[in-house]
Amino acid sequence: MGVRTVLETSGRLLIVDDSSTIRRSIERHIFSDRVTKIYQAANGREAMELFERYRPEFVTMDLTMPEMDGLTCISKMMALKPDTRLMVISALGDAETAIEAVERGANEYVVKPFSAEDLNVALANLIAEA
Amino acid sequence: MSDEEIKVFIDGVVRYFERVTGEPAEVDPPYLKGEDSVTLDFTGVIGISGRHRGAVYFTSCAEQLTELLQRFGETVIGFSDHEDLVGEVANTIAGNARQYFGSEFLISVPMVLIGQPDWISFPRHLKNFVIPITWRTYRSYLIICLERATAERDAVALPS
Repeated sequence: MGVRTVLETSGRLLIVDDSSTIRRSIERHIFSDRVTKIYQAANGREAMELFERYRPEFVTMDLTMPEMDGLTCISKMMALKPDTRLMVISALGDAETAIEAVERGANEYVVKPFSAEDLNVALANLIAEA
Repeated sequence: MSDEEIKVFIDGVVRYFERVTGEPAEVDPPYLKGEDSVTLDFTGVIGISGRHRGAVYFTSCAEQLTELLQRFGETVIGFSDHEDLVGEVANTIAGNARQYFGSEFLISVPMVLIGQPDWISFPRHLKNFVIPITWRTYRSYLIICLERATAERDAVALPS
């Protein structure tokens, strides 16, 4: 891996989840100074609007959401910006869905319910490996 | 529903409270719902479609939801937070069940019911299983109403 400056790896994070409790919980677990700005979306349509406007480097993505589901969002985001680091955080616990998410471009897949420690580790991995 | 299928949901309840709070919930033996009301202050409902049809309900008192929200780190807690969390708990337990039922176990986004509205009706043609949950001093219930979709039932009924 080449040496990267903090500036190159700093970035914007988009948190997508239809639960406001989960969105705030994820935001509270962002400790890295690599994340310079956080946006939140409550459904897939809002997520795509924010993604197209701000082009975030990192995304956490729920799957079961109104308006547009998370798998569709992942495909659309990857088509627009393939180097996006994206982590699914979903209740859907079946292997088929996890595989499909990864095939569409997700880097990580975390199954809810998560402990604070689970979330800390997953978010740190998502951001550190950028 | 088979005992094995009901156990999938019991395991989901236990996992939810253990992961989120670090404290296990106690689950009493499931029973078939009668005419008695089991809905509490807030109820999250997830519709099920695909190879199964029906619904999963999680119903809780406001006090339990407040304490769970605090475990998520919330400090200022209002009515809308209770609505949000009760739907999220129902969604999580129903979504986790796909690990057993597979990706054709399709779950809806949550619908949230407040209080005990008269129009809440549970499917009469299905057995409605009630799973009583105790976490700390609080009581809540998971209610499962599920059947295999028609084509799936027919396939199961056919001789091999």
